[in-house]
Amino acid sequence: MKKLLENRNVTGWLMVSPLAAVLLVFLVMPIVLIVIVSFWRATEFSIIPAFEWDNYAFLFGSPVTYAVFLNTFKYAFITWAFTLIIGFTVAYYLAFHIRSLTWQVALFLLCTIPFWTSNIIRMISWIPFLGRNGIANSTMMSWGVIDEPVEWLLFSDFAVILAFVHLYTLFMVVPIFNTMMRIDKSLIEAARDAGANGAQILWNVIIPLTKPGIMIGTIFVVTLVMGDFITVRFMSGSQSANVGRLISNDIALLQYPSASATAIVLLATVLITIGILLRFVDIRKEL
Amino acid sequence: MEPRPRSFYVLSAFFALFVLFLYGPTLTIGILSFQGEGGGLTFPMRGVSMYWFYDLFEQQAVGDIWGSFRRSIILGLMVMATTVVVSVMGGLAFRKKFAGSGILFYLIITALVIPSILVSLGVGLLFSQSGLNVHWSTSGFGAQLTWTLPFGLLIMFAVFNRFDKSFEEAARDLGASPWQTIRHVVLPIIAPSLIGVALFGFTLSYDEFARTLLTAGSYNTLPLEIYGMTTNVTSPVLYALGTLTTLFSLLIIGGFLALALLSNQRKARAGSDAGKGV
Repeated sequence: MKKLLENRNVTGWLMVSPLAAVLLVFLVMPIVLIVIVSFWRATEFSIIPAFEWDNYAFLFGSPVTYAVFLNTFKYAFITWAFTLIIGFTVAYYLAFHIRSLTWQVALFLLCTIPFWTSNIIRMISWIPFLGRNGIANSTMMSWGVIDEPVEWLLFSDFAVILAFVHLYTLFMVVPIFNTMMRIDKSLIEAARDAGANGAQILWNVIIPLTKPGIMIGTIFVVTLVMGDFITVRFMSGSQSANVGRLISNDIALLQYPSASATAIVLLATVLITIGILLRFVDIRKEL
Repeated sequence: MEPRPRSFYVLSAFFALFVLFLYGPTLTIGILSFQGEGGGLTFPMRGVSMYWFYDLFEQQAVGDIWGSFRRSIILGLMVMATTVVVSVMGGLAFRKKFAGSGILFYLIITALVIPSILVSLGVGLLFSQSGLNVHWSTSGFGAQLTWTLPFGLLIMFAVFNRFDKSFEEAARDLGASPWQTIRHVVLPIIAPSLIGVALFGFTLSYDEFARTLLTAGSYNTLPLEIYGMTTNVTSPVLYALGTLTTLFSLLIIGGFLALALLSNQRKARAGSDAGKGV
């Protein structure tokens, strides 16, 4: 018995067993079940165990699917570009322009606090800004930029992307800031001594050394946007669709098999994307 | 100190705009929740009043705000406690590099990147197919853990990567048992980070929407209740509720941050005096 407890595999698994149990019951089994159900048949009131490819055939046979997947990638790409530029700039400012650690921590916390508040409230809070009689429209009208209210501010792709950027830029700031803080400042001095100007230091020293943080932020933003269904539904006023909404619409109609098939294709897409991104970074080393 | 370069001022302005972008909308609904009785969802303010806050405490035509608030707090505390305990155990276990830890690590990453609606759908199906009823304290609880545990573990990995193992060796050399080493050496050192894990556990659960959507059953949590309101409530009462729950979140965050600050100070005071010539 004593010998058994000295074996690191045994004690390791004993200590990790609660974690493993949660992941097994609430992650692995649900995924397996979704795979199984995706082959089932649905009637109007119930789902019947079966093994048929109909759900997938329908999914891949419908032009809507391709349009919706394309739209999902479009959201992911545009949001990624904006969050990267904004997140990198903010992290760079905090890491290299703020000189005292206390201020760095304080300003960093200022950026992260919204992450711990409700996403839904943060989406709702755009209504008074973007609405037909909202702040944006009335300001632009008083400046004479436009003559009548612009209709596409709220309930449009613009609003969706704005909300995504608003919600998820933090996921870029945090990992990039974390990597930047670990850059040895003497490297930057060395570059300056060797005659590099600010732009050259940024491009040839800081950006290459920040790549792991950028990759981790990218993984977060891309997966959050690709898996989203609520932001798109709320901010587009149900006028735009992404894959998540396709799934949630099927669920609302109790079409679980077809929702499952779409979910599996979405999961595969996300995992392939992550797999490609993980080729550029070793997450365990970066923590 | 060398003088600030011009880029400092440009970037400062950019940062200020970013903070305004982050907080502006929330502050706006904070102001609009004091809208007068006849006011609408946007400016102008028609008087200033507490009307919509009082309205929240009246009997609601739809939903059960206070019940859902209570459920969200209880669920948040459950998730928080579980996340802290399981993450610490997991973090300690992963240091041993046991066989199969690689697979488990990839499962954790999967839990982090999997679209939330899959968890909701899968857990919902699992419960319905095994004849169990979905309930916020069982299926909802488990579904939320798949989101909070990866964050807790990532924090623990980061903590243990920076952990100086010589403290433990010293304890062992002085005859401490493995349990005593953890209880009296490891836990006190990592305590401030545990406050961070607890903060993530509570707030991520308190605000979670997608994972509880199909797993909460007939009793809503607060985010589900708020989402329900967005489809049929078109008065500033929505803002009043938003303002109250944001204030509650800020209170919780402030409490945790103060706690972290205190424990850091205590650690600094009670820390080692080695090498200081005392």
